[in-house]
Amino acid sequence: MDDGKISSEQVRHVARLARLQLDDVEVEALRGQLDAILGYVAALDAVDVTALLPSFHAIPILSPLREDVATPGLTRERALAAAPASDGEGFAVPKVLEGA
Amino acid sequence: MSEPSPVAGVVDTAEAVRAGEQRAEDVVAQHVARAKARADLNALLHLDEERALSAARAVDERRARGEALGALAGVPVVLKDNLCLDGVPTTCASRILEGYRPPYNADCVERLIAEDAVIIAKANMDEFAMGSSNENSAFGPVKNPWDLTRAPGGSSGGSAAATAAGIGAVALGSDTGGSVRQPGAFCGVVAIKPTYGRLSRYGLIAFASSLDQVGTMTRDVRDGARVLRVLAGHDKRDATSAVEPVPDYEAACAAPVSGLRVGVLRAALDQVEDPDVRAAFSAAEQSLRDAGCDIVDIELPHAHHGVSVYYLVATAEASSNLARFDGMRFGLRVTGDDLLSTYERTRAQGFGPEVKRRIMLGTYALSSGYYDAFYIKAQKVRTLMVQDYQRAFERCDAVLSPTAPTPAFGLGEKTGDPLAMYLADIFTLPPSLAGLPAMHVPVGLGQASGLPVGVQVTTPAFTEVRMLQLAAALEARSGYVCAPPALFGGAG
Repeated sequence: MDDGKISSEQVRHVARLARLQLDDVEVEALRGQLDAILGYVAALDAVDVTALLPSFHAIPILSPLREDVATPGLTRERALAAAPASDGEGFAVPKVLEGA
Repeated sequence: MSEPSPVAGVVDTAEAVRAGEQRAEDVVAQHVARAKARADLNALLHLDEERALSAARAVDERRARGEALGALAGVPVVLKDNLCLDGVPTTCASRILEGYRPPYNADCVERLIAEDAVIIAKANMDEFAMGSSNENSAFGPVKNPWDLTRAPGGSSGGSAAATAAGIGAVALGSDTGGSVRQPGAFCGVVAIKPTYGRLSRYGLIAFASSLDQVGTMTRDVRDGARVLRVLAGHDKRDATSAVEPVPDYEAACAAPVSGLRVGVLRAALDQVEDPDVRAAFSAAEQSLRDAGCDIVDIELPHAHHGVSVYYLVATAEASSNLARFDGMRFGLRVTGDDLLSTYERTRAQGFGPEVKRRIMLGTYALSSGYYDAFYIKAQKVRTLMVQDYQRAFERCDAVLSPTAPTPAFGLGEKTGDPLAMYLADIFTLPPSLAGLPAMHVPVGLGQASGLPVGVQVTTPAFTEVRMLQLAAALEARSGYVCAPPALFGGAG
């Protein structure tokens, strides 16, 4: 490990959180690139944001409610049409629980 | 005044088809033929000739029956490949969605079709709209019609290149941090990013939800105004679409601009080195002065933090939005030993390097121990950027700036350095982060580069009318015509 902001082990940890399989070459490349980017954004450290609220949206969003009326949706057939695997009734996925 | 563009645009095409002077089928056939002849640009990922011709014939038949046609009658449209078109491949230029056919239309698509427009093709793009050069497409880069060795910009590079090459009268793109405006600048087309909330994003595959907006690319300002009027408005399927009246944007293009106060970021401009970008800006400033505008110097003291704020906020939101691509319900699945390894392998094979990089950065910025230091900090600095604009708009009605710091750069020139690529968006990021309407207006060809150059006009939220008014004035005084010599011959 060098004196960068992010270690190879951290890169592997973040990749696990992100559900991304990375090989060693990718880990090293990303470590360097993330280091450079995090070094650049460190300029924000110097900005005084005391008493400021975060802007999750830049302009006010009213999110008007729609009427509670049933509307037609996708048929099961159409919803499943793009699935990598299906049993005709639902999405077929790998086993989630051991021994299930 | 400008010469007419070599290929008829939105308004001229719609009026000719409505009047019966032209058949929609002929118009669409011509555009499809041009698309095929210019396959070398790699601007399109999917060209659906039969579907387009049959939709055009339906428009002609409706006219023959005496029905009144819509505002976009027979207008050929190119859609960026992150907008859903029912039953037609929609890939976001990613292997993870290769072959995916959505079972529904985006709201924008429904509105276009309701006005009798004809969708002809899906455009190439940077994978999941992440990039500034269109070199991050899984299906190869797009070439700039003005110089085939140069990038078309990104991420809506295919949409911009198609529009410049006369393929379609309008292309829709999406703009998260400059993704219609910067390629608009590189390809010399008019590119509008409306106010956040101005139109519905239902059916736009999400990248960064607090920033994403659908935008238009056209060969002149009035064409963009007509399409914007069709797209704008509330949609109950998108809670972020605003309940705001939709004015007559096209009429705004003819309104005088005298007396409007135009703010100029003098300090930021001093840092632009490119002579063509500087000259284009000075010419635009002078032409607005000649048109009777008052030019005032303004400052946006926190705008230089735009790249940092954007690449934390947008990547955080992207890492969350792209979690849905897990190989379970649609797209690619690479089976592993168990569920977790299936997720990991699917995403490892399905996503390209830039998408992985941004998911990693965003996941890091949202992860335990870093959330406050990176994500929340960035959103607070974003508040300062919003306040900068509020103060500036007390002194001016619009902000004029360059759109991109350089004309189109060469393909391959910046691919080795992600951070250098991110800096191509330095002028387009602040309006995006503040949710403001902003557009690119071409004003001519650079003397040094021979490539299109132009300026960005930014106005307060929901004042697209004023933005289009200024853009039309700039366009009228520039004499610019969108006619790449490599494709149309001569000097245009």
